[in-house]
Amino acid sequence: MADNGKPKTELLDQLETGPWPSFVTEIKKAREGSPVCDDLLGQLELSYQEKKGHWKHGGIVGVLGYGGGVIGRYSDIPEQFPNVAHFHTIRVNQPSGWFYTSDAIRTLCDIWERHGSGLTNMHGSTGDIIFLGTRTNELEPTFKELTEAGFDLGGSGSSMRTPSCCLGQARCEWACYDSMKLCYDLTMAYQDELHRPPFPYKFKIKCAACPNDCVASIARADLSIIGTWKDDIQQDDAAVAAYAAGGLNIQKDVCDRCPTRCMDWDGATLTINNRECVRCMHCINAMPKALAPGKERGATILIGSKAPIVQGALLSSVLIPFIPADELLETVKELIGRVWEFWDEYGKNRERIGELIQRVGMANFLDAIGLDPAPEMISAPRDNPYVFFQTKSESNGN
Amino acid sequence: MPVFEVHGKQYEVDEDGFLENPEIWNEDVARDFATTEGVEGLTDGHWKVINYLRSYYLQYGIAPMIRKLCKETGFKLNEIYDMFPSGPAKGACKLAGLPKPTGCV
Ligand code: HEM
Ligand code: HEM
Ligand code: SF4
Ligand code: SF4
Repeated sequence: MADNGKPKTELLDQLETGPWPSFVTEIKKAREGSPVCDDLLGQLELSYQEKKGHWKHGGIVGVLGYGGGVIGRYSDIPEQFPNVAHFHTIRVNQPSGWFYTSDAIRTLCDIWERHGSGLTNMHGSTGDIIFLGTRTNELEPTFKELTEAGFDLGGSGSSMRTPSCCLGQARCEWACYDSMKLCYDLTMAYQDELHRPPFPYKFKIKCAACPNDCVASIARADLSIIGTWKDDIQQDDAAVAAYAAGGLNIQKDVCDRCPTRCMDWDGATLTINNRECVRCMHCINAMPKALAPGKERGATILIGSKAPIVQGALLSSVLIPFIPADELLETVKELIGRVWEFWDEYGKNRERIGELIQRVGMANFLDAIGLDPAPEMISAPRDNPYVFFQTKSESNGN
Repeated sequence: MPVFEVHGKQYEVDEDGFLENPEIWNEDVARDFATTEGVEGLTDGHWKVINYLRSYYLQYGIAPMIRKLCKETGFKLNEIYDMFPSGPAKGACKLAGLPKPTGCV
């Protein structure tokens, strides 16, 4: 195979000059022992010169038994850059919370140096370990070694995508439920849907154990499971006083930034009107030693967010305001079953669940999955003129 | 243009091994391509899937959605994977001589 050697990368080099980490620098570092890197940089430099991408659109490759997990990619100028003629991506299911032993990471990297470019993306936005760039004939051998090491492929295409979660109770005192366990349990419960794409389009599940939402589930998951609490914020007055004594301006930096202005500080005592608290986490983040989520913990389930691809971006909307932590798995599975059934029946090709809900209306969607509308489903009172009470529920009310 | 050679025949295919000219499809094509997709022998079940894909493609010019394929053939998705280990898109569509299903990742 022809080797182009080190390409000239005048335009790419500019990307290294900024204050941020640069993928160009990282790829250059990986050059040794991987001829793929030179052609990868060479082709990209050419793309910058010509203002034209040189990856062909889509490819269908995979491993036997699975319909997802590998994303096929080919160069449209393979004669010029033979080392990236094939440049398939493999998604590998990450462990819950992204915890590894260094041994596990070495094993993964060794496998990938044997069978691919050695370049990885830890981690992709779905959460998976991303192996960047290999040839079709390396797919089965890579898969074999991965499974022998205890790893499996993640989701791609119209499948349930690899669920991901924040590290929750493993390290975080704010966790309102065990996000790592829920993520693992859901991954295991839906192996078929993960590996054998059955849906109109992708379906992402993300579990964050408190409203800080460290996995940004509210913006990136079709189903967002966000920890919250039902009772009052736990408050330690002595610790509040210590913050004040330590120079924290409680009025300006805590109370005035509470979105519902439900906190009062008279210079000595902090009073929270918990009825009006919307669980935004701001005050708890500002005074972690003094405030903590309540004791009655669980999660809110939200549905429908997505990034702008076919249509515009959407944030998730509340579907179930509160589920106690110990009922989460069962309730989420029941709910997912109903949501998938509806989506399967009415979803158009490449229509995300959030788009389908917009098309048919939240009221019809709720009716179809058998949930009653709740005030928590809207972000502010009376701001949506298109929600109507069903005749049924009106007559029930009397 | 890659060429797929089997049983002394040559087919023009794309880089993923899909038939380049779907018009030339006949039942022998399905048998010839079975070897590349881990399919051992074509049963009535295989033909039911292949013929459905074929007729849907001839009518609409694209491959049907998975849900429709399962509904119309009466096979569960797992059963389709049992017959076509590389899946409905890569396996069954290739044997049915459909052009590569497109779409984003
Ligand atoms: C030609 C005359 C009017 C037009 C075209 C009009 C139009 C509208 C529209 C489009 C809304 C928003 C509805 C929604 O968000 O659900 C609205 C809300 C409202 N209008 Fe009017 N309006 C008119 C006259 C009036 C009058 C005369 C009053 C009071 C005397 C009034 C009081 C209100 C109030 C209180 C709301 C807020 C309702 C809510 O928050 O649910 N409007 N109006
Ligand atoms: C041909 C005439 C009109 C057309 C086509 C029209 C169309 C619209 C549309 C498309 C919206 C946005 C609705 C949305 O939020 O999705 C709107 C909002 C509104 N229109 Fe009109 N409109 C017309 C006349 C009027 C008149 C005459 C008034 C008042 C005198 C009025 C008052 C309002 C108000 C207050 C809103 C804001 C509603 C809200 O904030 O929810 N419109 N209109
Ligand atoms: S989402 Fe909440 S519980 Fe999870 S890691 Fe972030 S702050 Fe901690
Ligand atoms: S969590 Fe947010 S809304 Fe609740 S009291 Fe604290 S700052 Fe206010």
